[in-house]
Amino acid sequence: MSVHQKIVEILAEQAVLEPNEVPLTATLEDLGIDSMNLVEIIFAIEESFDIQIPFNANEPEAAGFDISSVTSIVTAVEGLLAAREA
Amino acid sequence: MRRVVITGQGTVNPLGLDVAATLDAMSRGVCAIGPLDIVDVERLLIQIGAQVQGFDPAEHFSKNKLSLYDRFTQFALVAAREAMAQSGLEIDDALGDLSGVILGSAGGGLQTQEDNYRAVFEQGKNRVHPFVVPRLMHSSAASHLSMEFGLRGPCYSVSTACASSNHAMGQAFHLIRGGGASVVLTGGSESMLSFGGIKAWEGLRVMSKDGCRPFCATRNGMVQGEGAAVFVFEEFEHARARGADILAEVAGFAMNSDAGDIVMPNREGAARAMCGALRDGSLNPEDIGYINAHGTGTTANDKVETAAIVDVFGSKADKLMVSATKSMHGHLIGGTGAVELLACIAALRDGMIAPTVGYRAPDPACDLDIVPNTARQQKVTATLSNAFAFGGLNAVLALRSI
Repeated sequence: MSVHQKIVEILAEQAVLEPNEVPLTATLEDLGIDSMNLVEIIFAIEESFDIQIPFNANEPEAAGFDISSVTSIVTAVEGLLAAREA
Repeated sequence: MRRVVITGQGTVNPLGLDVAATLDAMSRGVCAIGPLDIVDVERLLIQIGAQVQGFDPAEHFSKNKLSLYDRFTQFALVAAREAMAQSGLEIDDALGDLSGVILGSAGGGLQTQEDNYRAVFEQGKNRVHPFVVPRLMHSSAASHLSMEFGLRGPCYSVSTACASSNHAMGQAFHLIRGGGASVVLTGGSESMLSFGGIKAWEGLRVMSKDGCRPFCATRNGMVQGEGAAVFVFEEFEHARARGADILAEVAGFAMNSDAGDIVMPNREGAARAMCGALRDGSLNPEDIGYINAHGTGTTANDKVETAAIVDVFGSKADKLMVSATKSMHGHLIGGTGAVELLACIAALRDGMIAPTVGYRAPDPACDLDIVPNTARQQKVTATLSNAFAFGGLNAVLALRSI
């Protein structure tokens, strides 16, 4: 399963949607994801990919992990995976 | 209606091992937050906290007794001894029957739980110390206080997350006011600075890695602390008849529930609790000179609390001093309201308004007089102490000078 597929699966589960209802351009708000869902999503991504995401709910934009859309999350996770391999 | 006053106070917290040291540190704006010294700290993402320093249990307790006391009980007992000594109370059989204990703690004997989980799960041991249960019970500290001082009336613990102490003290106030006791030892204690205690909070993603800066534009979360404060609440006529030194009157208390969200605070619920405490104490908003805020340093709390204060105090909010002493002693979770009440009493007794330290830049959403960085000397005659816990549990105490 690709990074993209796995992240869509995680987002779909939290948003109670089917994976085909999670377009790449969607924002978390579009998907109806609130701050509690978001913390669970971050945890699920960390567990799935065995990575550490620098995320603080008090300043969600500050840590360089871009959560503005599905695509941005995929890109950010790919970045963390690449950094781990390096 | 019976009136309730405070005739003794004691504490062990990151700012000091007694009340005098704590108030001295508050008046100097000392920040007790620093690198955590705990087992497995290298496996934590959050490596700062406010730990009690220089506390040697062997100085206070015999070896036999210590095997019964979790760290949260040790803190409570040492704080209670200071409070009882100050009160000058002598508990005979008759008064013992009319005296009780109500203590707050969110986690109870967490150090005991963690040590013994490590023993059975990590080290594979199949045997634990016989006193694990009596050490870890939430009510353990309350029971040991009752035994130490012979308090044979109502004795129980209260656990409402970060509002535990305020709920406990509010219940003590109600108990005495309603005639159920003449004296109640009350306050709270917490010892959550362990690998598990921090790891659990870390998961919620609300902790700061670099400091607690309530109401500051740069705030990025809470920092945990540990410790206890215990007070002697006493029926006014009883205290007056024996010529006790009265520190302050507990004027009013209100508690309510947002019935909304398990973690997010609620402006309306917080405002309702502050209004309720004022009403219960027959106080007007303009009577209040100082509020010890819940002020956790999270984005959500400080913004919501500011809005709630403005709702209650209107244009008078500008003249009100509001500080968050968690910036100095950290968030003691179930013990926090008790340590924060020390700041309210110091404001009433000495005019010492404890500051909000670590303040760097104004946040338009938190535009109160938060007494930034430096303590202030100003006379006040009534104060509020706010606690707004996870789960929407709000508890506000109003004190008045006497």
